[in-house]
Amino acid sequence: MNSFFARKFVIQGIFVTIAIIIAIRLFYIQVIDKSYLLSANNNVLRKVVVYPARGVVYDRNGKVLVQNEPVYDLLVTPIEAKEIDTALLCQLIDIDLEGFQTRIKKARSHSPYRPSIFEKQLSATTYAQLQEHLYKFRGFYVQNRTVRSYPDSIAPQLLGYIQEVNDKDIERSEGFYRPGDYIGASGIERSYEELLRGQRGVKNQMVDALNRPKGSFMDGQYDTLAVAGEGLVSTIDRDLQVLAEKLMKNKMGSVVAIEPATGEILTFVSAPSYDPNMMVGRQRGNNYMKLLRDETRPMFIRPIQASYPPGSVFKVVAALTAQQAGVIDEKTIFYCPGGYRYGGGRAIMRCTHVDGATSLVKSIQTSCNTYYGYTYARMIDSRGMSAPKAYDLWRAALGKFGLGRTLGIDLPGEKPGLIPTSDFYTKRYGNDKWRSGFNISLSIGQGEMGITPLQMANIMAIVANRGFYYRPHLVKAIGEKGIVKDEFKEKISAGVDAKYYEPVIEGMSRAVNIPGGTGYRVRVPGIEMCGKTGTAQNPHGENHAVFFAFAPRENPKIAIAVFVENAGYGGTWAGPIVNMLVEKYLKDTISLPQYIQDRIFNANFLPELQEKEEQQVSARTSHGEKPVGRSASEISATEPRRELYVHHSQLRKEHP
Amino acid sequence: MREKSFFGRIDWLTILLWFILCLIGWFNIYAAVYDPEQPSIFSMETNYGKQSIYIFTALVIGFSILIIDAKFFISASPLIYIVVILLLILVLVIGRNVGGNQAWIPLGSFRLQPSEFGKLATCLLLASYLSTQTNKNPNIKTLFIGALIVLLPVALVMLQPDTGSALAFFALIFVFYREGYVGNTLLLLGGLAILLFISALLVNQWIIISILALVTGLLIYSIRKKRKYIINVGILFLACSVYVLCVDYAYEHILQSHQRNRIDVILGKIHDPRGEGYNLNQSKIAIGSGQLFGKGFLQGTQTKYKFVPEQSTDFIFCTIGEEWGFVGSIVLIGIYLTLLLRLVHIAERQRTAFARIYAYGVASILFFHFFINIGMTIGIVPVIGIPLPFISYGGSSLWSFTILLFILLCLDSGRKGLNG
Repeated sequence: MNSFFARKFVIQGIFVTIAIIIAIRLFYIQVIDKSYLLSANNNVLRKVVVYPARGVVYDRNGKVLVQNEPVYDLLVTPIEAKEIDTALLCQLIDIDLEGFQTRIKKARSHSPYRPSIFEKQLSATTYAQLQEHLYKFRGFYVQNRTVRSYPDSIAPQLLGYIQEVNDKDIERSEGFYRPGDYIGASGIERSYEELLRGQRGVKNQMVDALNRPKGSFMDGQYDTLAVAGEGLVSTIDRDLQVLAEKLMKNKMGSVVAIEPATGEILTFVSAPSYDPNMMVGRQRGNNYMKLLRDETRPMFIRPIQASYPPGSVFKVVAALTAQQAGVIDEKTIFYCPGGYRYGGGRAIMRCTHVDGATSLVKSIQTSCNTYYGYTYARMIDSRGMSAPKAYDLWRAALGKFGLGRTLGIDLPGEKPGLIPTSDFYTKRYGNDKWRSGFNISLSIGQGEMGITPLQMANIMAIVANRGFYYRPHLVKAIGEKGIVKDEFKEKISAGVDAKYYEPVIEGMSRAVNIPGGTGYRVRVPGIEMCGKTGTAQNPHGENHAVFFAFAPRENPKIAIAVFVENAGYGGTWAGPIVNMLVEKYLKDTISLPQYIQDRIFNANFLPELQEKEEQQVSARTSHGEKPVGRSASEISATEPRRELYVHHSQLRKEHP
Repeated sequence: MREKSFFGRIDWLTILLWFILCLIGWFNIYAAVYDPEQPSIFSMETNYGKQSIYIFTALVIGFSILIIDAKFFISASPLIYIVVILLLILVLVIGRNVGGNQAWIPLGSFRLQPSEFGKLATCLLLASYLSTQTNKNPNIKTLFIGALIVLLPVALVMLQPDTGSALAFFALIFVFYREGYVGNTLLLLGGLAILLFISALLVNQWIIISILALVTGLLIYSIRKKRKYIINVGILFLACSVYVLCVDYAYEHILQSHQRNRIDVILGKIHDPRGEGYNLNQSKIAIGSGQLFGKGFLQGTQTKYKFVPEQSTDFIFCTIGEEWGFVGSIVLIGIYLTLLLRLVHIAERQRTAFARIYAYGVASILFFHFFINIGMTIGIVPVIGIPLPFISYGGSSLWSFTILLFILLCLDSGRKGLNG
């Protein structure tokens, strides 16, 4: 004991003070501050998203059109990915070192602490090799998901494709999608996205500091199951679609077939086409660019986005609207001297034949231009009102047939086509004193008129139904319950009474079934098919071949429109295609002589590369349009009215 | 009579506390390395298997020490000191580099860490030296030599470089304080130094100096009649200013970047929960998630799934905090505090200056380890890698602390036989 004995109290005091400080601090972080408990759960719990299988799409007979295939996404949490064998990883997933660095950099810029996708869609074999070594790659793990697969490689434009969501999609979905998710980007993948995508599940997994799974949290009490997307039954007939695509190989154009009684689309071909499997997997980016650059524009959905002057097939609508308007009737006869003179006789719209006295039925059967010249003149000039007013009335009647407006198909990107308003002509001619002679080519489906192949097929469905149609659609039933959308059950009138259809149908029947008819060569044995050829005049190259038909005449099962660009005469090229498809669909055989079949299968109407200029115009609606379906609909709303480069004088070239 | 009195004179309370701490250590090491997927049976290969051997050996060593005559330690202290100094030099030459520190001498499967024994040797020699000077008044020459005894091993440990272990030696300032070599003023100055040190790191040094100047100005104004104090205050102000500048310089140029980062994290200057702050952050999360009563033995997720690094050695307190909660932690702190106060009590009842000084040395070193180790896991001191005595995994650490403690018990048990 010495003089400094009292200092023992100071030392003891310090010891006690420090112990109290530690105790207070412990009390704070353990009892008061709950954030550490939360962080602890964040540490151990990894919410693993369980991706639902996307809905499968079947054809109308239950055959699979789109299914799912498992793939594996490799994810990385950059902050944890340290001191790994980079070379081995690169080798396993087949990327180079540079690619590794850029991927890591990208992931880090997304978030150093959260997992981002490092490499997408590894195949099952790659995954199997990687899995053995995965424990060596700290911070990397694999997430299972599925991609689309198309067993028959058909119908890419209508089935559409899925792609990773972009920022806009995420914003629009109010947080439903997260980066790395997939969303339907075109076709029915897009229009039925909400049904196909299903419901994501969440698995609460416990992980250790190295991100290795350590079992499920609380025996999965808080897990939610993934709910698979609804299956869709498409209206498409797979076999018919396969045949139609084969027939349209190496051609540009469209095939649309509709079941008139329901509006169900049986076949929907946009040619040239591509293999939908190209839009899946790791080569997707390259393939996508390739398709974008392709001059024949395979991603352009021609049946709903391309519009053409329909040619003679339009006479069917002209005949129907004229009857309904009362300007002609079944008994009306016009004399055809081989052409229609108008503008005080200074101009002529020629006919292919000299038909002489022509009745309504015969006018359809022989496709008499003169008859429709007179009809149009009566329609516009002789209704006791000004021409523009009469024209607008007529235009409204066309609208009832679905022309100049969208039909509302369940596919994004549908175009309305074009029927100009009276203002268009008033503006063009400087005043409203214009007469039928000023746009007489409209009477025979030429001139400033644009109609999509879908609208053409729908006209046939209307005729087949004698006056009404159902909205053409591609999905006939949703999910296990087979729900049908109400809007597809609604009968829509075309505004022309049923009685007016008979002469037109008679004419169409004769055109196909009477020797000398424009479509006689493509009649279907044993079936009374009603059809109409057309040759849509194309000022920039070979004319477009058009044929449309429905069959059988009574109780029709199929209404079809075929459009082959740059193929020339409609009866020669489009007709046989219709013939084969109709017979295949109704009788499941093809009786057309083999040599004609071969001629069609082997024909190549794809433009040579140097014809680039012409080919772009041939699609007519192509200007400034993105081929990606999803944006097309937005464009159509603001689409400027285009000048169509047709002059009456060129009509003479039609049938020299 | 002598046998009976031998056992009677041993401080059994301290031995009990020591043993409880060892057991707590063993259970928590077991929990820290426990793998819920492979609940293996007892194995000598694991940390807890080895630790049970270490505890057993420590027990043998401890009781062997009790048998030795206390005078031996007084006379042997210079020799022990020299041997340890040589080992500290040796480790720099042949030592194995583990985690950036050249601190280990491999001996077969066992690794010896001489710096752990450095504290023991320093305590002994310091006690031995100061006890010879105890009849004189404390003077600067004795303080100087005493400081030299402490600073020599500090310098060698710094060379490894093992800052944490080196800092532990500074705990011996309590010894100097108790013996009167360091006055209250100096202790206050020490406190001021620490305060200025932290401020200097947090705030721009010129701002601190301006504040100091302001305070000085006010102080001088209030005591303007007493010239002598004015000069003192002026000198103090100058010293503080230079010190602040020095700290800033040392911080920027002498500290290694990882140490600088650790200080920055603790001061909240950088927020980086996954980088330098990872250990601290995870450690706080583990302890904090223990809540009031803890998650229960073997139920800790943070420690089990290895979020906390070095969890059986330096961060063993995380396991305790997580699995036993606030209540368990308070019990542990209570045991430690009891032990420390008991050591002070033992120190004061010694008749010899040697035993008293040595006892304070033991208390100081244990206190320092206790404070810094637990303090770093809960984020009130920087992360300095030193073990929690008797609890952290490791033979060198357990043995050296055991020897340190049992030599004191030996001296204590023989206190009646010795005359100071």
